[in-house]
Amino acid sequence: MFLSRLTFRHGVHPPEHKALTAGARIRRLPFPREVVLPVRQHAGKPARPIVKPGDRVERGDLVAEPDGWISSPIHASVSGRVVSVGLWPHPDGTHDTAIRIEAEPYSAQLPRPRIVPDWRALSPKELVEAVRDAGVVGLGGAAFPTHVKLSPPQDMPVTLLLINGCECEPYLTTDHRSMVEYPERVHLGVRIMMRCLGVSKAIIGVERNKPDAIAALTATCPGDCDIRVQPLDVKYPQGAEKMLIQAVMGVEVPSGKLPGHVGVLVQNAASVATIAEVFETGLPLIERIVTVTGRGIRRPSNLIVPVGTKLGDLLEACGGMTPDAREIVFGGPMMGASQANLDTPLTKGTTGVVVLSKAECRTQAAEACIKCGRCLDACPVFLNPQHLGKLAKAGRYDEMTAWHLNDCMVCGCCSYVCPSNIPLSQQFQAAKVAIRQRKAVA
Amino acid sequence: MTPLQVTGSPHLAGQDTTRQIMWAVVWSLVPVVVASVYAFGPSAALVLTASVAGAVLTERIFGKQGSLLDGTALITGLLLGLCLPAGLPMWMAALGAAAGVGLGKFVFGGLGQNVFNPALLGRAFLQAAFPVAMTTWPVRTGVSWWSLKGDNLAWPLMSAAPDAITGATPLGLLKFEQTHTPVIDLLLGQASGSAGEVGGVFILLGGGYLALRNCLNWRIPASIFLSVAALAFVFHWIDAARYPSVPFALFSGGLMLGAVYMATDPVTAPITNRGRWIFGIGIGVLVVLIRNWGGLPEGVVYAILIMNALVPFINRATQPRIFGTGLPDVDRRVAQ
Repeated sequence: MFLSRLTFRHGVHPPEHKALTAGARIRRLPFPREVVLPVRQHAGKPARPIVKPGDRVERGDLVAEPDGWISSPIHASVSGRVVSVGLWPHPDGTHDTAIRIEAEPYSAQLPRPRIVPDWRALSPKELVEAVRDAGVVGLGGAAFPTHVKLSPPQDMPVTLLLINGCECEPYLTTDHRSMVEYPERVHLGVRIMMRCLGVSKAIIGVERNKPDAIAALTATCPGDCDIRVQPLDVKYPQGAEKMLIQAVMGVEVPSGKLPGHVGVLVQNAASVATIAEVFETGLPLIERIVTVTGRGIRRPSNLIVPVGTKLGDLLEACGGMTPDAREIVFGGPMMGASQANLDTPLTKGTTGVVVLSKAECRTQAAEACIKCGRCLDACPVFLNPQHLGKLAKAGRYDEMTAWHLNDCMVCGCCSYVCPSNIPLSQQFQAAKVAIRQRKAVA
Repeated sequence: MTPLQVTGSPHLAGQDTTRQIMWAVVWSLVPVVVASVYAFGPSAALVLTASVAGAVLTERIFGKQGSLLDGTALITGLLLGLCLPAGLPMWMAALGAAAGVGLGKFVFGGLGQNVFNPALLGRAFLQAAFPVAMTTWPVRTGVSWWSLKGDNLAWPLMSAAPDAITGATPLGLLKFEQTHTPVIDLLLGQASGSAGEVGGVFILLGGGYLALRNCLNWRIPASIFLSVAALAFVFHWIDAARYPSVPFALFSGGLMLGAVYMATDPVTAPITNRGRWIFGIGIGVLVVLIRNWGGLPEGVVYAILIMNALVPFINRATQPRIFGTGLPDVDRRVAQ
C-alpha cells in the first residue's frame, strides 16, 4: 500500500535551505596547523592511543588501536608531531581523551607509499578486515563501525543492501555532492559491500530533491550487477534506517529490532564512497566531506576536511561568521549538537557544520500545551509525544518506558511542529540518559 | 557579535505558534460577528462587547503576565457572545463570560488544563442562572435595525423590561408547535435565534480557512455533520412531520457554531485522530437524541460538554499503534 507512495507515514517537511551549498563543488581545505583526534569518534568502545607526546607521525599512520570488536582504529590526519594525549573538548559537550598533533610546517603532507590492495583478489573476510583496519565508520552521524555491520550474525543473513542517499536533514549537502561528483566511487563501494555480504541486490534510495544525484548515479550504474537507483519522496526523517526501509520496501522493522531482522543492511552514501576510497588509494579514513553552511557563515561550502580539524579553523577557512550568527551545530539542525567551544574538533561522524543566524534558530520560550495533536501526526514511529512530554516534565521516567520511549529515535519532529515550542525531543533525550544512568547505578 | 547559544536539537522551529493559531481563529470569526450584527443590529454588538469584556477582564485578573496576548480569552468571549440571545442584558453576558473563563479555565489551572470548553461552560452557567432571559429570542423581522432587541442595558439583578418582540427559534417551533421553518430562512439568517446562529455559511467558510491552515482538525466537524446528517435522514424518512430534514438539522440552532468552533477546541477534544472521529460521532448522536426526545429544543451545548468529559477515556482507548508492532507480518517476524 505504501510502496506506491515511496515514503513513510507521518514525518515533517522543514524548509530545506540546501540551495546554499547544493551547487558548490567539493573543495579541499588547506591543512590546519593542528588537529585533535578524540579516541571516541565511533559507536562502541573508544580506541586506545598508541602514541605518546613527542612522537612523529605521518599522514595515515595508526595513532589509536581498536579496543575490542565494536571499536575502530584512528589514524593521523596530518604529518607532524604529537603534542599531547589528554582531555580535550568533545563534540558531545564533554571532555574526552584526544590526541593532539601539530602539523609539520612546510610539509607536503604526502602519505607513505603503500600497497593498494586489489579488492577483487580479496576474500569477503579479508575485505572486512581491510575495512576495519582503515577505520571506516558510518559517516551519516552515528558513526557505527562499518566492519561490524559487514559481519552479520549467521542466523540473520542480509539479502538486500540499501544505500541511504536521502540526506533528509535540512541544509546538509555532503551526501548529495558525493553522489553528484563521485558516482563511480559510490557504485564501487556498493560492489565491495555486496561482495562482503554475499548479496546480489542493492538499492540506492535518493530523495527527489536531488535530481542531479539521481541522474549521475543512474548514468554510471554498472550493467553487470543488480544496483538500482530509487527516487523517493522528500520528507524528514527518511534517512532513518527504519523509515527508509518502510519507504523502499513497504515493511516495518519490528519494534526493538535491527534492520537485519528483515534481511536489510542500510549504509549511508558517503560511507560507501569512503569504502571505495580505501581500495582506490590505500589510505584509511583520515578525511571526510563536510558541508559548512547556514546564514551565519560568510562562505557556505562543501569541503574535504582532515578529521580532527578544529571548528574555529574551519569557520575561518569559510570566511568567518556573520555578526548575527547565533548557534553552531555539528550535524544537521534537526538532530545535530550545538557547540560551545571553537576548539572542538570535527570527528568522523560530523556530517556538516551549520551556523544558524538569529532568524533561523528557535528562540521563543515554551508555552502551555494546547493538545493540538500535531506531535502525534508528526511522530514517524507513532508515539504519543504529548503524553510522554507530560510524563517527562513530572520526572515519571519509568512510565515513559511503558509508553515506548525506547522506540523514540529523537528525530526532533515533535519539537519541530509544536506550536507551543515545548522541547519534547530534548526532554526525551534527557529522559533516556537518566534512565540509562539509573540502570548503570542499580 | 551576539553571544552564541547552546540548545538541544532540533534547532529549527516550525512555522505556527500557539499565538498565531489562536489569532487565526479570532480573524476567522470576524465575518460571523459582522453577520450577527447585520442581523440583530446594535443589540448583538452590545452582547458581544459585554461578553468579550467579561472574558478579557477575568483573564487579566487571573491569567499570567501577557496571557491576554495569546487571544484565547478573546475567543472565549466572542464564542460565548455568539451563542447568546441578542436581547440578553449586558451584565448577564459579562457574568457568563467571567464564569466561563474563571470556572471553566482557571479553576483547572489555565490554558491547556481545562476539561470543558470555557465558552460552553459559560453558556451552561447562564442557562441555569437565567433560564427565562436565555430563552427569550428576539425576532428580526418587522422591527427597525437600530432598535434594541431586548433590555440590553438593564441594571444588574433587575428584572429586564419585557417590551421587546420575541419569538421561538426554529428548533423551538418544531419541538413545541410542530411548525417547520424553511431552510432558506435559516441559511439567510431570517429566523430568530442566538447572535451567531444566523451566520452558518460564514462559520463554514471560517472553519474551512482554519482547516486549510491546519489550525483546526477537520475530522471533528466532519464527523459531527456526518452523524447528524445520517440520523436526521433516517428519522426524517420515518416521520417527516415530526423530525426535521437533513439541511434543517445541520443549519438550525447552534450546530454550525458548536461543530466548527467549540467542539474543535483542541484543549477539550481528543488528541488522537481516531479519538476525534469517535468524539464527533458522539456529539452528533447526542445532539439528535436531545433535540428529538429531550426536554430542550437544542442540545449542542450539552452534547459537547458531555463528550468533553469523556475525552480522557477516548484518548486512552485510541492510543496510536507503535511503529513495528501490532501488524500481522511484523508479529510473525518477531516470533521467528
